[in-house]
This record gives sequence, C-alpha cells and structure tokens, in this order.
Amino acid sequence: MAVKVIIPTPLRAYAGKQESVQVQAKTVAEALTALTTQHAELKKHLFSEDGRLRSFVNVYVNDEDIRYLQKDQTSVREGDTISIVPSIAGGAND
Amino acid sequence: MAIETRIPIAPTSDKPQAKLSKEEVLRYSRHLIMPEVGMDGQLKLKQARVLCIGTGGLGAPLGLYLAAAGVGQIGLVDFDVVDSTNLQRQVLFGTSDVGRPKIEAAAARLRDLNPDIRIDAIEAKLTSENALELFRDYDIIVDGTDNFPTRYLVNDACVLLGKPNVYGSIFRFEGQITVFGYPDGPCYRCLYPEPPPPGLVPSCAEGGVLGVLPGIVGTIQAAETLKLIIGKGQPLIGRLLLFDALGMKFRELKLRKNPDCPVCGENRTLTKLIDYAEFCGIRGEEAPTTVTNIPEITPRELKARLDKGDDVFILDVREPHEYQICNLHGHLIPLGELSRRVHELDSSKEIVAHCRSGKRSAEAVDFLRKAGFRKIWNLKGGILAWSDEIDPTIPKY
Repeated sequence: MAVKVIIPTPLRAYAGKQESVQVQAKTVAEALTALTTQHAELKKHLFSEDGRLRSFVNVYVNDEDIRYLQKDQTSVREGDTISIVPSIAGGAND
Repeated sequence: MAIETRIPIAPTSDKPQAKLSKEEVLRYSRHLIMPEVGMDGQLKLKQARVLCIGTGGLGAPLGLYLAAAGVGQIGLVDFDVVDSTNLQRQVLFGTSDVGRPKIEAAAARLRDLNPDIRIDAIEAKLTSENALELFRDYDIIVDGTDNFPTRYLVNDACVLLGKPNVYGSIFRFEGQITVFGYPDGPCYRCLYPEPPPPGLVPSCAEGGVLGVLPGIVGTIQAAETLKLIIGKGQPLIGRLLLFDALGMKFRELKLRKNPDCPVCGENRTLTKLIDYAEFCGIRGEEAPTTVTNIPEITPRELKARLDKGDDVFILDVREPHEYQICNLHGHLIPLGELSRRVHELDSSKEIVAHCRSGKRSAEAVDFLRKAGFRKIWNLKGGILAWSDEIDPTIPKY
C-alpha cells in the first residue's frame, strides 16, 4: 500500500528537507521502518534506544492517534496519511 | 456533535450587575449587532477574567484582540525585557520600547487600546509556588510561553484548578492550537505524557520563526478564548489544529483523554505541582546539551592557532542560510547531512567544528569521535563567542 508520511517541521532536516515521504507499508510499524531506512538520521528522533516510539512524538493515521487504535500494528490502506506530530514549545521569546 | 462548552466563569449573580456605558455600546457596536455576541455576549466578555502567560509572539496578538474585544480583566505574566530581536513578530512593542520590561510596555499599550478594562501587569516568572495562587483569580488561562517546563506547569495548574487552558505553540512556520483543561476533554499530558529530552528537538532560537506565524496562532487562541467566554461555536476541545504557513494548510487531528493520564486520568498520581525544570531534565542555568565530555577549544585559542599558521580545518555545521548571514570561511556541512557527507572530511587533519552557539557542533564532534575522528574540537560558544571575543564585525543573530 502506498501511504504518505507527513514529516513535521522540526524533523525535516533529518528527512532530506521533505514535507512528506511516500512509503509502501501495510502497518504503521512497516511505514516507520521504511521511513527510517530511507532516512537513518530520523531514527533517534522517533525511537528511544529500546526501539519504542518516543513519548513526545505522536503518530496519527489520518486523524486518529495510533495509541487509541492498534498502536504501531495499526493497519494502513492505500492513500492513507500518516502524520508524525512531535511536541513543540515555541511561543514567547524564541 | 454537540459539545458541552459551559465555562466555569463565575456566575453573574456573584458580581454587580454589569452594564455597558453609552461609550461602550458605541465601541462594541460591531459585536452588539451580531446575534452570536449581542448584549449578552458583550456583558459576558466584560465580566470575564483571562490570564495570558507570556507577552511575546503569541501573547502580543492575543492581548491586543482580547483588550479590543472588551474582556473585562486581562492578566499578563512575563518577566522579560523587550529586545530588538522581538520586534520582528511581537507586535505589542515598538522600537522605543527596547530595554523596557515587557509587562510595562504591554500594559501601557493595552490600556491605551481600551481604557475601560482592567489590566493586571504581573512581572513575575511563573513557578510551581505562585501558579495556583495566580490562576485562581481568572476564568481562562491562555498559554503563550516558549518552553516545556512552563507548558507542563500551566497544564497541571489548570487541571488541578479545573480551568480551561487555551494552548498554542509554534516552530518556524508551523503551529499547534487546542483547548485543554475541560473535565471531559484531554489535557496536555494526555497528548504528550513527557517532554523531549533537552537538545533533541531544536529550539526556536536555533530554528527561527516566521514573524507572522505567532500572529496567526495567537489570534486563533484569542478567537477560541472569546468563543469560550460567549459560549458560542465549536471550541477546539479534543481537537488539535495544525497550521502550516508555508503550505498554507490547516489540518485537524482528534485528541482523546488518556484514561491513564497522571494528572487528569482515572487513577491520577499527580495531585500537586512538581519541579518542572527537573521533570524536563533541565538543571541549572546552563544551556542543556545531549552530549558531554566533548573536547573544546575557545575562540582565543583557535585565533592563536590560526595566527601561527597552523593547518586547522574549520567545519561549519550550520545551515546554508546561516552561512550567508556570517561565517568563518569554514567548510559547510549541515549537521543533518553529516552522516552521509563524512567522506568530505580528512580524519588525519585537525578539525574545529562550530555552529551558532556550540550545541549543534557538540553533537557533530560527538558523532565524528564515534566515527573514529581523534583530532577534533568544538568551538566553545560558537560563532556568537567568536563575534564577542575575536571579531566584532561578525553579526550576531
């Protein structure tokens, strides 16, 4: 299945400056593996050393948070959009 | 879907009956003639008390629109001083305000905009000690801060007190906006249980921000605040609005209340405010870095080496657009490209890596040492320190 992964601004530097990346995958886990295979630098920003998705990074399939679906085993369909949404804090002085 | 949007604003019966003066009727006439606001809504605005945390990029448009709309009591919390780099986006301030406490300049501007409302200028740093006390006197809290510890502090204090938290945050040209703190809705910890470790996500000071972005995001926060007060429309409760100014796109994601949330979940473990600097892994005033034990060279030491004619290779790990602002004629490989361009470097040569302030280059040195480079140093304080100590013609940014 071809799915689009939207890369958030803070992580674009580690994904060849692209806004989104097309990958072939049947699950979220497969999509993220395909993504970090293409862009190895992204890996440490998305996953902790024990291989778990970092707690300040949320992943959505279309508009649903995968934590409330089947986590990284959530299946994806042709044309789905996966969004990576990390926490950002800027606002006042930066 | 109908969402319960009742706000815990103090009931009118507790307060003297609000009325608009003849001048106020004229001032707010464009609100009064629309049924969604009307006299009822305008009186609600007049009786509302909103606390704005931060008077910077987000707080500026927020404060201006809340004051213009006639929100009766606006609290402003900040402890900073206006500097010239603020003026690119913090539209509350003018050039003549540089050097003035933000709170003083902001209060003066808002009082000029609307003399009929009360402005509480609170020159203080929000802390675990003062937050609950400060928040108690307001109906809605609006979070326009710039750092993770304060964001978690604002969230927890709002949840503990049952106050709505109108949240907005920005990075470069992207913003996130939502409303937290409603009993049935999610809170910030439901969305992000933990902050990123220091240094892993670039800060805005490194990443920059499109000046108009906080204007848009802060204005959306103002719109949400006004809607909550008048009780009209669909608030952003349980919805995270993502805004991308570059693609000029809004997207919306569903936010759910996490039943295991430590502060608002069923078995909550957090019942009072904590040490947020510690929670976010920041200790002391020193800028945090993810790497330690990095060999360093000071700008003076490097200058002496170069003056002697030593063959030192300067590696600049900033971005090309930063190189255009100023440079030390170094070889440019942005940090994000280092792993695949490492072959451009000669490990037999002495290398000094630098960036703007020394954080990114510390990561670069750490990476290259792990890749087998031995004769490599980090320029302490980056090109900023070079400008301070060696060459004042180098502009700082």
